Amino acid sequence: MNINVRQRGDVTILDLKGKITIGSGDVALRNAVQEVMNSGANKVLINMHDVSTIDSSGIGELVSAYTTATNRGAKLRLYNLPAKVTDILTITQLITVFDVYDNEDEAIRSFQ
Amino acid sequence: MPEEYRFHLAIGSRFENIELVQVVLRDSLERLGMEEDARHWIDLAVREALANAIKHGNEQNPSKQVHVDLAVEEQEVVVIRIEDEGVGFDPSQVPDPLAPENKLKKNGRGILFMKQYMDEIQYGAGPGGGTMVTLRKRLTGSKADSRQDDSEEEGTE
Repeated sequence: MNINVRQRGDVTILDLKGKITIGSGDVALRNAVQEVMNSGANKVLINMHDVSTIDSSGIGELVSAYTTATNRGAKLRLYNLPAKVTDILTITQLITVFDVYDNEDEAIRSFQ
Repeated sequence: MPEEYRFHLAIGSRFENIELVQVVLRDSLERLGMEEDARHWIDLAVREALANAIKHGNEQNPSKQVHVDLAVEEQEVVVIRIEDEGVGFDPSQVPDPLAPENKLKKNGRGILFMKQYMDEIQYGAGPGGGTMVTLRKRLTGSKADSRQDDSEEEGTE
């Protein structure tokens, strides 16, 4: 998986691309979230648009990222969820745990 | 039974080997005429079973293998058997990942995924003594169904 980190104002955005699966993508996500948290980011968005597959380890990393951010007083939100990712968040009943937005502008506005 | 779709693979217990199985699995499912969505979800269920076999069954010991068999059995059901070389596993000991106290846990959702996306999953002891999980999925929405529909239509003419 590739992760591009960019900034829009005071919001840090992680664009994910590819598979978030055990042994590679999950570790990459963990490291990227850790890095932005350590740099002091407190408004973080994850752009899921180009995520092709997410397995239970990937979901576990998203949960872990969410709880890490929350414990540090930061906010971590998701947007641009592909239908298959929405389906998985629904069956794991995490869709109501994460703050999920349809697009980037809407997600950015949610912090204001 | 369409023998041409059957395969057996044995992989070392490393997560990157999951991708090797996926290539062969996806090719077989595509040749069986399974639609993209169905292939995606079977792919995911098999990923979970393989990850469990590698991580919990074989404890990531690369000298231990995971065996994968795919066959099409009665009533055009795809049957995938995944067996590890571990000491056995009791799925009833896995906490319910949907219980409020477990919802924010990092692990424990693999079996939920398998149950959700396959028609049937079954755990038991494999012939080699390790844990064997059997995943079943009917070939609905596939070319197999189309063939059946065609023959039914012919019959009514």
